[in-house]
Amino acid sequence: MRRPSARRITALLTAGLLLPALAACGSDKGGSADGGDSALVIYSGRNEKLVKPILDKLEKAVGSKVEVRYGDSAELAAQILEEGDRTKAGLFFSQDAGALGALSKEGMLAKLPQSSLDEVDPAYRGNAGDWVGLSGRVRVIAYNPDKVAEEKVPDSVHDVVKPEWKGKVGFAPTNASFQTFVTGMRVLEGDDATREWLKGLKANGTTYANNLATLDAVEAGEVELGLVNHYYWYERVAEKGADKVNAKLHFLPGKDPGALINVAGVGILKDSGQTETAQKAVDYLLSKEAQTYFADTTKEYPLAAGVTSSVEGLPAFDSLQSPDIDLGKLESLQETLAMLQEVGLV
Amino acid sequence: MSPTETASTAESAERPAGAPAPAGRRRVRTAARRVDAGSSRRPPLILLVPACVAALFALLPLGYLAVRALERGPGYAWDVVADERTLQLLGRSLGLTVVVVTACLILGISLAWLTVRTALPGARAWAVLATLPLAVPSYVAAFAWLAAAPETAGFTGAALALTLVSFPYVHLPVAAALRGIDPAQEEAARSLGHGPLRTFARVTLPQLRPAAAGGALLVALYVLSDFGAVSLMRYDTFTRAIHTSYRASFDRTPAAALSVVLVVLTVALVAGEARTRGRAGHARTGGGTARPAIPVPLGRWRIPALAWCTAVVAAAVAFPLGTLGYWLAVGTSATWDLGGLTEAASATLGVAAAGAALTTLLALPVGVIAARHRGRGARLLEQAAYAGHALPGITVALSLVFFAVRYAYPLYQQLPLLVCAYAVLFLPVAVAATRAAVLQAPPVLEDVARSLGRSPLRVLREVTVPLAAPGVAAGAALTFVVCMKELPATLLLRPTGMDTLATRLWTETGAGSFAAAAPYAAALILLAAVPSYLLGRSRT
Repeated sequence: MRRPSARRITALLTAGLLLPALAACGSDKGGSADGGDSALVIYSGRNEKLVKPILDKLEKAVGSKVEVRYGDSAELAAQILEEGDRTKAGLFFSQDAGALGALSKEGMLAKLPQSSLDEVDPAYRGNAGDWVGLSGRVRVIAYNPDKVAEEKVPDSVHDVVKPEWKGKVGFAPTNASFQTFVTGMRVLEGDDATREWLKGLKANGTTYANNLATLDAVEAGEVELGLVNHYYWYERVAEKGADKVNAKLHFLPGKDPGALINVAGVGILKDSGQTETAQKAVDYLLSKEAQTYFADTTKEYPLAAGVTSSVEGLPAFDSLQSPDIDLGKLESLQETLAMLQEVGLV
Repeated sequence: MSPTETASTAESAERPAGAPAPAGRRRVRTAARRVDAGSSRRPPLILLVPACVAALFALLPLGYLAVRALERGPGYAWDVVADERTLQLLGRSLGLTVVVVTACLILGISLAWLTVRTALPGARAWAVLATLPLAVPSYVAAFAWLAAAPETAGFTGAALALTLVSFPYVHLPVAAALRGIDPAQEEAARSLGHGPLRTFARVTLPQLRPAAAGGALLVALYVLSDFGAVSLMRYDTFTRAIHTSYRASFDRTPAAALSVVLVVLTVALVAGEARTRGRAGHARTGGGTARPAIPVPLGRWRIPALAWCTAVVAAAVAFPLGTLGYWLAVGTSATWDLGGLTEAASATLGVAAAGAALTTLLALPVGVIAARHRGRGARLLEQAAYAGHALPGITVALSLVFFAVRYAYPLYQQLPLLVCAYAVLFLPVAVAATRAAVLQAPPVLEDVARSLGRSPLRVLREVTVPLAAPGVAAGAALTFVVCMKELPATLLLRPTGMDTLATRLWTETGAGSFAAAAPYAAALILLAAVPSYLLGRSRT
């Protein structure tokens, strides 16, 4: 019977405590965020895999050290709110408008120069002129052509709750883009109509964990239709080749609420002492090079610098018939969630 | 002596069979009196001061919650809490907790008994395998089940995933306790005509009660604080409502108010667990050394026992690992970034080791006091250590952001703060292990040391800690494993640019690159296998 002796435990504990301290000394590269005022700290709610390449280029473009902390958009917003005027973040790169709106509401974002704002359509920037959208994604219906002919695919999300689609619709109720779309529907058509629609969708549909799982289900023919964001399909095609992807996309006409556009965007934290560098970073992200990156790599719609997407088969941005909604007004996500709960979808 | 008396004497820390000499008996009675006397004795300062520091540390999140919940006046917070939905969430959270705890007790105790006490073929390997599920992040388990059986979404899936990742919280302490029990008591019961089942129920089980109850409490708090599994399974609990509040309204006040309810619930659970402990002592105090128990032959139960172990390990370990393999096979995003993997692995080992070390150090005085002293102060100290343990990681992380930004700015987003966060999050894991280990060490030895003029510090160093060392080490290993897979606090508090295996896993799955995520998840499970292996091996 070998018992660890008290002495051995003490030694292990001490080693455990000292090890990372030594490691920290060793890996301290100096010139941390609070050391030099030229360093820019970005809190990115967008995934590292998606945006690291362009943020690496951004570092060269702004000419000073850039540190990026990745996290979840909403959690990073909560962190920045908790940090208050001592925030380390110079720039907040958010996956959606809601998190930027929350910081704007608390007065934590600096007003952007008009020249930066003018790069982007007023519909895709903050009302207070303190955040700006960089790239957009549109809600679409994915369908499986083996199961349903192209001309039979509904032109409106209102059609998918009809009896003929019972058991044939996939969607991801916990996905943020889906919830924003439901919020949009509430703004456009009112709570009662939206609640009825959700009940119909619940009766007809199968729920999935996220957009990708929904798209996979369409691909496999588990469901015939899927309510997703457009870029997942284009990424899939880029990864596997067009002939290997069975599912197709249908872009909804007639300003249907199901064709809502969501944006990812950035805002500058006014108390960070990094506003100058952050401003350069915003201008770079609105530049042709960065906008082309969003178009080509993440398959989103670029929103600035007159860049148009060259992704094959992607309808032109100005051909999209999206509903007219002020993204800044999509704040009532709480009520949307309450409604989704009431209907029993989340 | 009737069998009933055997059981009750076992509880009162006396050695029933193979009775020692009369002198030995007298010593036992003295020890029993001393335990009673100990209840009024105040803990020595050398324990009390560090224990208070640890407790204050663990109470930090509560201070933050009070600030945030009352930010807009008590009326607003009350409106949030008094909502009808709160009651609903309470029912749903408690329902899930009861089911998962019950299932964990069944799995944990049965596996512990089979691996420690029976002639189960490959018992040692099973003991290690039964610890491994701890390394499986709850959302990986949930994802695996959701992919294989989408119809489990909801209560069933959440209960299934949570049970399979958390039953080692029961299995480990119960296995340790089983090894510590003197088999002579069970043999006495058998010789007095009890069958194996009755012996187990009336002699063994009561002695396992502190270990099992401590483990069950940890499982309960884990279930209450979990977000990964319940969010994927779409089962609405308190934690999910708290997350929703951050995410949907960016409003920290309702989140804090709901968190306060969780804290109240935790305190009630901890108090409840303390009541189940009763006044029993569990140390062996007879002369000589207990010999290892003779493994029970399983006979015709061998195949069912093996099938049971196989089923549990298959569902809890092989199934998620198989899912990882499936991700690798079908995905196209697989990239063997060996450099990144090594870097993340060494960072993970470093912070987890530091986290486990600090947590164990802080837990030691609290655990010793909880085991040796019965006053209200001792109870409060232990409850304080647990108070924040049911809070979701994001809430604890935000509370540390709050305090660090205000009072320890140079530490903010530096390694030491992350290590402190682990200690706040996982203090109860180490406290439970320490307390159970100290309980099994006979207090009479400490009395003897004191009577020989040893100072409290020397008693602690030379008697208590060496006797409790295996249990304390087990607690440290357990803490090490749970630190390794921690995600929400690591994301918010890590030094900029540092990645652990858990954060890499989060990044890759967030981008939908499951094949690229698989190596990180696999590395997490394999690395956790090392402490598990040592735990399983060191005392068999």
